[in-house]
Amino acid sequence: MAGIELLSDQGFRVDGRRPHELRKIQCRMGVFRQADGSAYIEQGNTRALATVYGPHEASGGRVRAQHDRVTINCQYSMATFSTGERKKRPMGDRKSQEMSQNLQRTFEAAIMTQLYPRSQIDIYVQVLQADGGNYCACVNAATLAIIDAGIPMRDYVCACSAGFVSDTPLVDISYLEESLGGPDMIVALLPKSEQIALFQLNSRLHADHLSKVLDMATKGCKDIHTVLDGAVRDHVSEVTDSMARS
Amino acid sequence: MLTSKSFVKKTKRGSVIKVVREHYLRDDIWCGSEVCDICLQEAPVLERHPQIDSDLCDFPHYVLPDTNVLLHQIDILEDNIIKNVILLQTVQQEAKHRSLPVHKRMRDIIANTDKKFYVFTNEHHKETYSERKPGESPNDYSDRLIRQAAKWYKDHLERARKQGSKVTDGDDESGVSVVLLTNDMANRDKAREDGMLAYTVHEYVKSLIAKPELIDRLAQITSAENERKKRDSDISSDGGRKVLFPEHMSATQLQSAVKNGTVKQGTFHASSENFREGHVSIHGEEQMIFIKGLANQNRAVNGDIVAIVILPKHQWTCPSSVVAVDKADKEEEGEKDFEEGENSDSSRPANSQPTGKVVGIVKRNWRPYCGVLQPSNNMEGTRHLFMAAEKKIPKIRIETRQAASLQGQRIIVSIDSWPRNSRYPMGHFVRLLGEIGDRDTENEVLLLEHDVPHLPFSESVLSFLPKMPWGITEEDVKVREDLRHLDICSVDPPGCTDIDDALHCRELDNGNLEVGVHIADVTHFIRPGNALDDEAFNRGTTVYLVDKRIDMVPELLSSNLCSLRGNEERFAFTCIWEVTHKAEIVSTRFTKSIICSRAAFTYEEAQLRIDDKSMNDNVTLGLRGLNRLAKILKQKRLDNGALVLASPEIRFSMDSETHDPIEVQQKEMRETNSMVEEFMLLANISVAKKIHEEFPQCATLRRHPTPSPSSYEPVIKAALAKGVELEVDSGHALAQSLDKAVIPDEPFFNNLLRMMTTRCMTQALYFSSGTLPFEDFFHYGLAAPIYTHFTSPIRRYSDILVHRALAVAIHADQSYPSLLDKQNVQTMCNHMNIRHRMAQYAGRASVALHTQIFLKDKILDEEGFIIFVRKNAVQVFIPKYGFEGTLFLRGPDKDKDGLFKYNEEECTQSAGNVTLRGFDKVRVQISAETSNIQHQKLRMKLVEPKVSGFSVDPQPAEPTREVESQPPPTKKQRRGGP
Ligand SMILES: [Zn+2]
Repeated sequence: MAGIELLSDQGFRVDGRRPHELRKIQCRMGVFRQADGSAYIEQGNTRALATVYGPHEASGGRVRAQHDRVTINCQYSMATFSTGERKKRPMGDRKSQEMSQNLQRTFEAAIMTQLYPRSQIDIYVQVLQADGGNYCACVNAATLAIIDAGIPMRDYVCACSAGFVSDTPLVDISYLEESLGGPDMIVALLPKSEQIALFQLNSRLHADHLSKVLDMATKGCKDIHTVLDGAVRDHVSEVTDSMARS
Repeated sequence: MLTSKSFVKKTKRGSVIKVVREHYLRDDIWCGSEVCDICLQEAPVLERHPQIDSDLCDFPHYVLPDTNVLLHQIDILEDNIIKNVILLQTVQQEAKHRSLPVHKRMRDIIANTDKKFYVFTNEHHKETYSERKPGESPNDYSDRLIRQAAKWYKDHLERARKQGSKVTDGDDESGVSVVLLTNDMANRDKAREDGMLAYTVHEYVKSLIAKPELIDRLAQITSAENERKKRDSDISSDGGRKVLFPEHMSATQLQSAVKNGTVKQGTFHASSENFREGHVSIHGEEQMIFIKGLANQNRAVNGDIVAIVILPKHQWTCPSSVVAVDKADKEEEGEKDFEEGENSDSSRPANSQPTGKVVGIVKRNWRPYCGVLQPSNNMEGTRHLFMAAEKKIPKIRIETRQAASLQGQRIIVSIDSWPRNSRYPMGHFVRLLGEIGDRDTENEVLLLEHDVPHLPFSESVLSFLPKMPWGITEEDVKVREDLRHLDICSVDPPGCTDIDDALHCRELDNGNLEVGVHIADVTHFIRPGNALDDEAFNRGTTVYLVDKRIDMVPELLSSNLCSLRGNEERFAFTCIWEVTHKAEIVSTRFTKSIICSRAAFTYEEAQLRIDDKSMNDNVTLGLRGLNRLAKILKQKRLDNGALVLASPEIRFSMDSETHDPIEVQQKEMRETNSMVEEFMLLANISVAKKIHEEFPQCATLRRHPTPSPSSYEPVIKAALAKGVELEVDSGHALAQSLDKAVIPDEPFFNNLLRMMTTRCMTQALYFSSGTLPFEDFFHYGLAAPIYTHFTSPIRRYSDILVHRALAVAIHADQSYPSLLDKQNVQTMCNHMNIRHRMAQYAGRASVALHTQIFLKDKILDEEGFIIFVRKNAVQVFIPKYGFEGTLFLRGPDKDKDGLFKYNEEECTQSAGNVTLRGFDKVRVQISAETSNIQHQKLRMKLVEPKVSGFSVDPQPAEPTREVESQPPPTKKQRRGGP
């Protein structure tokens, strides 16, 4: 068990956070004019960009269109420069495909899909810098971008990861904490109803600890919700201010 | 609040990448002092009125040590007098990086609430963190961080004092200062320039009025560093002292030299016979490299990992076969001696071996050593030489003012450094063990020398024990199978307090039998990864000495909560079989359970119950059933080729007051011993199969390698001389030929033969299942294709790992990463193998020690058997005491030389008409040799057969004494197989 101690005896993590503390979140909405909605988020050193197009007529004609709800098309990618070693393929690998599918499932649960039958919404997310919790940052960025695009959702979707080290759950784990083994839980939550839109667990975790870790991840999601909600309100008042002035 | 750390890192594939890590700075890290009202801390650690009598700092103060103080002066910090210490997290981390043992000791100190050690997370405090400046060396950077933290403490406590006096409206509080301790003069001076209180450890420790003897424990590191600095400036003068050793290569030089193959890396083994010689075993290479001469050894100490270069072929040489002991009394003599020895021989012998010289030290493997001070004429002086009990360790130079009082005492000394100009390594006195020859002292020496961790369990370890009173909760009942209705009992040696197994047997309705083995559920109490688990793992096994038991787990567990005592409800890990009356297994299952043993029997009591026809209660019926099944199981095992091996198991009767041994007896074996053993073997095999099935890669198993036929050669030869043929082609053949090897006149012969056969085999080993092909899992001694240890988790860590794996396999518990890592399991197995071997050696050494005490002032004639014939001696085994000694046929008395002629072909020694062969019965006179205080030995003299001019006359018969005796702690050895 040599190597880095993920949690010191004094209760600090490697980067100086306590177990329940999130990394610093910074976000901006409406970063691209061309897209219907866009957002940029930083969670610690993990940076992600999301753009949303639509709803628009389903591409590929009738075959892919669904008569009762909107088709959600997600694409997850990682910039070649996002990791320490340059990535060879920015998208299309197994990992990205899996992430794309996960995103799709997450947002099908949150977006009020029945409002736009026979249409399509495209969500593109790209990880610009990867330092753990990539998927979570993408979900959070996508949520902001969808709000920016004015697409109605049941609730925000907030995603947060949690790990488990020396009998203590850790929230919002960094790449270092992810890579040193141990379980890695990802939860995407609709905070108001506490409905879970996506739940994923990598590596084994005993059932006895499941609720502890899940609670930690859920709390992380709610904390993120507070931050995102604040950002949305700021953005809205900014926009209305500028509109009032003009 | 936020900053980021970025640095460049090289990956395994060799490309260079940039790593950026976040680094959060906080304002909620408290100072930990009771004085302070500014910080919002709940339970401050550092006292309001710290007290330590120092004539240098005669005011209340906290101590803040730097990394080198922590690393080198941990002996000082551990002393009770040192309290109220601020440990910086950066210091702690660097120390951990450089020495895990120190880190562990530090953690124990921190956990001890009396010591008042506070860890300050300075790296994440917004006022004590600072970035590394360009061009700043890591050392300078960490020193600067330490000074910065010390400065912060100074200002902070000052602020706290002002605020405090405002509140109390007076200035009665004088405040607390912070004293920075460092080994480095430059660092001290820089700190002083910044207006801080800073001293070197030496200055500070010298000023402690209450404990002047603490000075002796200071590591001799500063002087060494100073000398090195001096040397760097002017190599030739060097303070008037000559440079004796070549310089070591630096770590970076070594790295590249190892990579390009110019130097090799290996472990240095000093010779125990000649202090000028040693070997280096290079990892993965069979041929050892010979090292001759002190300059070529270049300050390598036994066990160090060293870097060597092989000398050109014309410089190769070979061991001199001369016994050489470093006889120098004073250092100056040693130096003279040094040069003489180096030039002694220049001719190149014919049978030369690859020879090399040490050019660098990769890793020191120094530990504290036991030994004595070398007597010297100048007891008033402070410089002395220390001789370690282990012959392979060089003498160590220490400074002490207590030399006179340390005479005749065993002491512990640590090595601190070995500068180039010093003939001997420099060390410091750590602690006094006690008088030479005293039983307790010698016991401790043998524990230390076998590296048996034997200190009392630390507070942090004890903190993980269950809180008393302990009871079974409803929660427990829900998740465990309730077997309290079963008539379970345990059978153990008398006086056993760590009962880890219990049994039951009952008839089933379908006519078959149900047999259960219930093992103490230790892993319920010892959770993976906590301090208690770490400690148990480190100890690896309980060590049984003749008069003492060194527990692997704290007594509350070993003798109480985990001990399956009679009529107490306990948690067990149970293995239940359904078997036919012919002992064929129908089904096997495992479960975590609650049991209530009806009784804890001794072997004798159980035997009496089985034999007493009038007793027909359930427990007795169960015992009878078990006994009957055990006999069938044993027969099956023997038919498969399992070996019955003998080892001398003896016990001492102790004098109840002096605890000195007064009598020695062989241990008795009853039917019930083998009954319990049979079921333990069965349980171990069943569990081995199960965990291997579930974890093909990472199950902890135990194998016993099949010995090569050639390894039996000495015993085959010796047996042949007695007209007995041994077949060693297979375990089965060997077992059979051993059974047949009986000489009617010599009842002990068969035992002796089995004993010697055992010695020809290698030891059984733990291993991780993924590291070997299935064929190699074989346990030769038990003739079992797969085997493990499950039945003694109280006293073996291997069993704890097996319990955890089995619990995961039956979904009763969770797994954790290190249990599933094949490589990690193998590393743990290697550690356990070492601990087990050492425990065995320590046990034997303890028997030897007690024999020594037993023979003190006695001269006895005893019957013995020759077990080995050597060039200049025969090895004699004394069955009555279970020990063996060497009967020298050639020795210090030159006139006896040449009396005996050695026949190498037949392995005999003959003188006149007397021939000594293996297995011959002899009478020898034994007494304790006391001339060498450091290494006491037995002396043996031949009585019979008579060899004129060599053998001695028998002793007159002595009237036997009757003394009341008490039984010594029992040893549950060999239970559950070898
Ligand atoms: Zn404070």
